[in-house]
Amino acid sequence: MENLLLQGLNGLASASSLFLVASGLTVIFGVTRIVNFAHGSLYMLGAYLAFSIVTSLPRGHAGFWGGVVLAALAVGVIGALLEMLLLRRIYRAPELFQLLATFGVVLVVQDVALLVWGAQDLLGPRAPGLRGSVELLGLRFPLYELVLIGIGPVVLGLLLLLFKRTRWGTLVRAATQDREMVGALGVNQRWLFTSVFFLGSLLAGLAGALQLPRESVNLHMDLATITEVFVVVVVGGLGSLPGAALAALLIGELHAFGILIFPKITLVLVFLVMAVVLVVRPRGLFGKAQVAQAAVASVAEPVLGRAPAQLKWLGFFALVVAVAAPPFLAGDYALIVLTDMAIAVLFAASLHFIMGPGGMASFGHAAYFGIGAYGAALLTKWFAAPMVPALLAAPFCAGLAGVLFGFFCVRLSGVYSAMLTLAFAQIAWSVAFQWVELTGGDNGVLGVWPDPWATKLNFYWLALGCSVMGTLALRRIALSPFGYALRAQRDNTLRAEAIGINAFEMRWVAFVLAAGFAGVAGGLFAFAKGSVFPTALDIPRSVDALLMVLLGGVQTLAGPLLGALAFTGLHEQLVRATDYWRLVLGGVILLLVLAFPQGLAGAVRQWWEGRRHG
Amino acid sequence: MPALFSGIGGEVMVGMGFGRRAILGGAAVLAAPRLARAQAGEPLKIGEINSYTAQPAFLQPYRQAWTLAVEQVNAAGGVHGRPLATIHRDDAGKPEDAVRHAGELVNAERVVLLAGGFLSNVGLALGDYAAQNKKLFVASEPLTDAIVWSRGNRYTFRLRASTYMQCAMLVEEAAKLPAKKWALVAPNYEYGQSAVRWFKELLKAARPDVEFVAEQFPALGRIDAGATVQALAASNPEAIFNVTFGADLTNFVRQGATRGLFERRAVVSLLTGEPEYLDPLGDEAPEGWIVTGYPHDQINTPAHTAFRDAYRRRFNDYPRLGSVVGYDTVQAIAALLRKANTTDTEKLVDTMRGLQFASVVGEVTFRALDHQSTMGAYVGKTALRGGKGIMVDWRYADGARYLPSDAVVRTLRPAG
Repeated sequence: MENLLLQGLNGLASASSLFLVASGLTVIFGVTRIVNFAHGSLYMLGAYLAFSIVTSLPRGHAGFWGGVVLAALAVGVIGALLEMLLLRRIYRAPELFQLLATFGVVLVVQDVALLVWGAQDLLGPRAPGLRGSVELLGLRFPLYELVLIGIGPVVLGLLLLLFKRTRWGTLVRAATQDREMVGALGVNQRWLFTSVFFLGSLLAGLAGALQLPRESVNLHMDLATITEVFVVVVVGGLGSLPGAALAALLIGELHAFGILIFPKITLVLVFLVMAVVLVVRPRGLFGKAQVAQAAVASVAEPVLGRAPAQLKWLGFFALVVAVAAPPFLAGDYALIVLTDMAIAVLFAASLHFIMGPGGMASFGHAAYFGIGAYGAALLTKWFAAPMVPALLAAPFCAGLAGVLFGFFCVRLSGVYSAMLTLAFAQIAWSVAFQWVELTGGDNGVLGVWPDPWATKLNFYWLALGCSVMGTLALRRIALSPFGYALRAQRDNTLRAEAIGINAFEMRWVAFVLAAGFAGVAGGLFAFAKGSVFPTALDIPRSVDALLMVLLGGVQTLAGPLLGALAFTGLHEQLVRATDYWRLVLGGVILLLVLAFPQGLAGAVRQWWEGRRHG
Repeated sequence: MPALFSGIGGEVMVGMGFGRRAILGGAAVLAAPRLARAQAGEPLKIGEINSYTAQPAFLQPYRQAWTLAVEQVNAAGGVHGRPLATIHRDDAGKPEDAVRHAGELVNAERVVLLAGGFLSNVGLALGDYAAQNKKLFVASEPLTDAIVWSRGNRYTFRLRASTYMQCAMLVEEAAKLPAKKWALVAPNYEYGQSAVRWFKELLKAARPDVEFVAEQFPALGRIDAGATVQALAASNPEAIFNVTFGADLTNFVRQGATRGLFERRAVVSLLTGEPEYLDPLGDEAPEGWIVTGYPHDQINTPAHTAFRDAYRRRFNDYPRLGSVVGYDTVQAIAALLRKANTTDTEKLVDTMRGLQFASVVGEVTFRALDHQSTMGAYVGKTALRGGKGIMVDWRYADGARYLPSDAVVRTLRPAG
């Protein structure tokens, strides 16, 4: 009994620190609608800065708590600068494009932290006077955890006061509800956004700094935190502080008690919780429909046109070169890279199909890629299937998963839907990771090599063929009556349904199609690499696909093509050229984001059309 | 094709050997002009792949020692007159990236052999690539038993003492303890699960009277330390076997110490004596834990002292365990190339089977039976001296003594 009570206190302590990070993220999202991937990086910077400041100040209460506050303020300033120098310039870009920019920041911060603070984990000093523990019910409990349990509610109270009792808070709440209206009433939105970013980042920094007496400061803090915090924010309802608090409490306590019953559950628990909550309550616990969002959505996106003749010739020419040139000029390695690129193009195109024409973002598209890869690999491993049947099976495995997961995901909208795809992807990942008997766990499936006839060159042609036919098929579908119906429901669900389009069905079918094509890419991937590991359906792969689509531009059908080529090409070159490839890649992404807010393909189209009309 | 000398990552590390050799070995150059030309023209290229950006704490010291070893080999005239050159690649912790780099190194750079690997799954992917493409792969660091046993193959060899070996070393000590009720905590992935499995199996064999009262498997890098410590304490064990490392270990130790989990309980802990994991704990390093590790400042054999001094001179830092692994991988490769005197993969593999070389920690053999090296580990107890953790009462446990019998190994290794 005592043990259970103390476990409850442990849950409270985790919940409190989770809430601190999540509160900042939810405030930022509520007002700016930015999916801030860099929030985990700000949290990590808070911890590192606190370490540096606290260890250089004199010991004692003033030194420690002063250092924590200074670090939080410093992170707040960094966040404000981020908003002013980077995000402010791309508010007009399509939804989720800012995510690309914040991901660039994540990459840059990872290398900067490594350069400034070194590779070794840093163990910060403990809080003065709070080193020890107290006796509770005959068991020991750390004093600092007790203090932390108190800090969460105090911060929540202060934030609620700030939002309810001050003019600034009123404006923030108004902007959360309808930011167009607030702008129309003459409120300086720039200043409002910058100050919100300052506050949100400050909270992230504070949360990081307060971890100092609990945990070591290390380079993995950013990504270890960010997904869990997103889950908290979404479960609570985007933009809702009490929601974030309740969700943090729920997840903190479930963790603490869950490990008593299922010690291995920590990998997937938060995602199971999120999936259940979102299926039951599509806007999280306390989320509200956003007026502004509905208003924005009613503006139709540009109609997809037929490609200009010149572009078709260019594409055809590029294809001829891609087919005919490799046997003459490229070595085996170039074939490997080209094969990777062909697979990436198909994968990105499949994601683009639901993001562009479908209007649904997915943070978990790797699930279908990975399920395709595992489907092909497991057929080879358990049934000694030759390559071609295994490849043919891949899209069916992925499509089947798409039927199941898609049914739940497409009923939701916006970030909620995207986060539900992430939840399913993580559940699929944990199955691949933990069902060792079937999948080999994290040691993966080995020996998935192509049949003897498929030399590197033949396999490249096979991958290129699948990729080209797949992208052309997706293009064909996007321009078919089905594609028009799909886009109609994206631009205005109400009107589309009024003319008899079943929006749910359109989205579901589109989701399954995208999953199937991702599965083809996954199957090819398995044979190209010779092995499949859970990394095939892990978050970084989903993020890669998202980056490719956003980099290329969501609004053009050629976008994912360009994005995939640019991203894989850049990554491949940079990794070989420098140890600090994350810094350079992040920097390049930031530059591209600032220079081409409509994505690469969007910029090309704009230039093309400007040339014709001007 | 980008230039070979394009940057840090793509750097071909022929090392500083050229300059020094030019000064020291003027006479030799005069005596053997043709040999000197061959040296300058044809380095022996090694392709090295590791998770540099994902695991910098272990791999920076590893890479430094690698560089040092290559410089030393080249300063001494290289291998049969040819210098070693290494092309390093970062896989960022992803097996699929590692396989792509392997393709580049083998097909475009024409390396003689592949080496590296930190994470087990990266090691396995590279091993499988090596088997498929008939190229030698010297796995330096991955600990998984699968790489030489269940998924071992003709072309893959592994240097470091495996999970099984290190568990066997610790079980030998654990069996001497009076404790009967054990609790276990391990990161939730293959390494943690295998370590727990071997520990239970071997300890039960040595001491049939023990029982295992609790198991915790926190996600790697995401331990909820307070709750985990509480859950272990609730089972009231007499001893604890810990497999967590890195950030998880640090958080586990802090919470465990504050809550008195380690008081009046024996703790047996894998890898905790390695400076990579012990040093970040500073003055909070636990005392009296039975660990495997690397007491770098106390090993005073001539080979190790020379290594430690050279490392300190070159990098103004003390070696970590990663440094030993990096340095000895190069030593093994140099010994192999010297003995084989060819770059033909099949002949290299045949030479590697049973190859003996002088490592920093002593003579080591790559067993022909399963391609595992007999490199051991240091087993001892942790203690605090001058505000930091060290190992005391340690001994070198020779890896050859902690492997199953040959008959058992044959059943574990289908590849033969």
